[in-house]
Amino acid sequence: MSLRETTESLEELAAQSNLITTKPSSQWRLALRRFRQRKSGMIGLFIVSSLVVMAVFAPLIAPYHPNEVLIGKEEVGPRDPPCVHLFGCDEATPQHILGTDGNVRDEFSRVVFGSRVSLTLGFFTVTIALLIGSLLGALAGYTGGWFDNVIMRIMDVILGFPSLLLAIAIVAVLGPGLENALIAIAIVTIPAYARVMRAQVLSIKESDYVSASLALGAAPRQILWRRVVPNALTPLVVLATLGIATAILEAAGLSFLGLGAQPPTAEWGSMLASERNQLFTAPHLVFFPGLAIMITVLGFNLMGDGLRDALDPTLNR
Amino acid sequence: MLGFITRRTLLAIPVLIGIVIVVFLLVRAIPGDPCTAMLGERATEEACDRFNEANGLDEPIWTQLTIYMGNVVTFDLGESVRFSRPVNQLLIERLPLTIELALSALTIAVVVGVPLGIISARRHNTAVDTATMAFANVGVSMPVFWLGLMLAYLFAVVFKDTPFALPPSGRLTAGVFSTPYYEAWGWTLQEGFWAKYHEFVGNHYIFNAVITRDWTVLNDAVRHMILPAVALATIPLAIIARITRSSLLEVMGKDYIRTARAKGANEQRVVRRHALRNAMLPVVTIIGLQMGLLLGGAVLTETVFNLAGVGRALFDAITGRDYAVVQGFTVVVAAGYVVVNLLVDLSYGYLDPRIRVK
Repeated sequence: MSLRETTESLEELAAQSNLITTKPSSQWRLALRRFRQRKSGMIGLFIVSSLVVMAVFAPLIAPYHPNEVLIGKEEVGPRDPPCVHLFGCDEATPQHILGTDGNVRDEFSRVVFGSRVSLTLGFFTVTIALLIGSLLGALAGYTGGWFDNVIMRIMDVILGFPSLLLAIAIVAVLGPGLENALIAIAIVTIPAYARVMRAQVLSIKESDYVSASLALGAAPRQILWRRVVPNALTPLVVLATLGIATAILEAAGLSFLGLGAQPPTAEWGSMLASERNQLFTAPHLVFFPGLAIMITVLGFNLMGDGLRDALDPTLNR
Repeated sequence: MLGFITRRTLLAIPVLIGIVIVVFLLVRAIPGDPCTAMLGERATEEACDRFNEANGLDEPIWTQLTIYMGNVVTFDLGESVRFSRPVNQLLIERLPLTIELALSALTIAVVVGVPLGIISARRHNTAVDTATMAFANVGVSMPVFWLGLMLAYLFAVVFKDTPFALPPSGRLTAGVFSTPYYEAWGWTLQEGFWAKYHEFVGNHYIFNAVITRDWTVLNDAVRHMILPAVALATIPLAIIARITRSSLLEVMGKDYIRTARAKGANEQRVVRRHALRNAMLPVVTIIGLQMGLLLGGAVLTETVFNLAGVGRALFDAITGRDYAVVQGFTVVVAAGYVVVNLLVDLSYGYLDPRIRVK
């Protein structure tokens, strides 16, 4: 009997005896099921997907171009309060559901386009930090010795600074701007990934399946990339999701201080900063961009918490 | 225990040295020439040479670093270009505000956060728990500067002319002055270290008002501190509440809790004597880690509330290329952060004897 026939007959036998009726659940399938059960995680996922949709289809959702100055085009002035026809605003005045800003631009359109900046920034910052951090952590944990010591002491020094202050200093060196803010936040967050990856690698290095690979004669590099790293990824996925939230928050802080996105870019932090002196006369221009930041950060935080509960049921009930 | 303390303290020294080196190199990497920053764009080469020589900037970078390290150890942090005053003097004026702000925020965060976490864990999976955790989730997601501005609007505009009105900026109302205790008590101070020390302590307005029993100033200073402190406290508060909850929940599932219940201890006693002490370990670590967040958040809070503290001064110095101030303030802030974390590490060893032997 050929191997194929054997397999087929065995499968038939199993099906008859009801031994294998459903496909066995994989680790990821189980995690997915657990994630779906968590209400907060699903809310987070919903918020984040809505934001992604908003960012992708921004030109379709926003009624105006984010930098379009409406002076002379419509009957609106600078810092007009929100006007929604549905809520009883006079039909004669043009509708600006979040009002207009100091340069007579539609605030709603700017908030919508702002999602593009924040999501891209959060995503790229975390990708850079995750790649560099986990690479350093994996190498440090796997090789050990002086290399481990040097890398981890450098990480300690970075962690020795309050992160926003170090980010401010790095942006001061590189010059203000969105890309430089991104780089600064990435550098500041590298140690978190490096530490987690190193801890993971250290524990996996001692596991039986790594010893087995070693006994089978696998090269160290092969063991590191094929055995150790894939198994160490779970906590990093969680950390990265939560990291996007922190990155967006810190980037907004840098922009608020004038070190991140520069005008006229529609970025929530800088939109808020440029109108903060008008707080007492036009609070809506401070309220809405900040609300947008909060909802975005909340979305990633909830999703990250949900992922953590799903991927590691032993942690944090 | 003594060995543990020594080991941990020694481990902090390389980090501190590393911080001084990083700050030194970062400051030198900031674009722009200190000479033109100080003497103006049209400074002649000769003038620049003289300036560089006078400030030791003509030495090789490693020599400069060595000299700087020596100065840091002897608390000589140089002189501010913009204010033409020693960095130490600026620290004496500005650090107390930031210390009071950070401590007030930390106090709020701990005093509200820990009980919230405990209540949430004790009423696990009830409406109270859900509401608390929803609050905590929103709290960690809130930008400090936004919350600050919204609080300022709420308490200075919406609640204007009500008893709830609070001042949205500054440290004291114009016309109210804090009299340092040494003046109030008629001390005559000699120039030197102790005069500086008393000046530093006296600049803690709230503390100073309490010891001199100046209730007008105390009331005014506290009212000015409430909004910034609440804004700054929100994120740490939420984090502390979450950690307390999850840590207490974990401990409540342990065997020794079952044992305690089995021997007939009432629930109150089980939670107080058996669960809480063990659940506090991670909470203490997290509280220590919040100091970094508070110091970073202080930059934003001080900006929003127009407070002349270290955070704001540091930001102004970085953007204004005031090298000595950047170096001095960053080293002091980072050193303070390292020391706080060291204390946390030590208290951790005290609370959990198992850590000491590792």
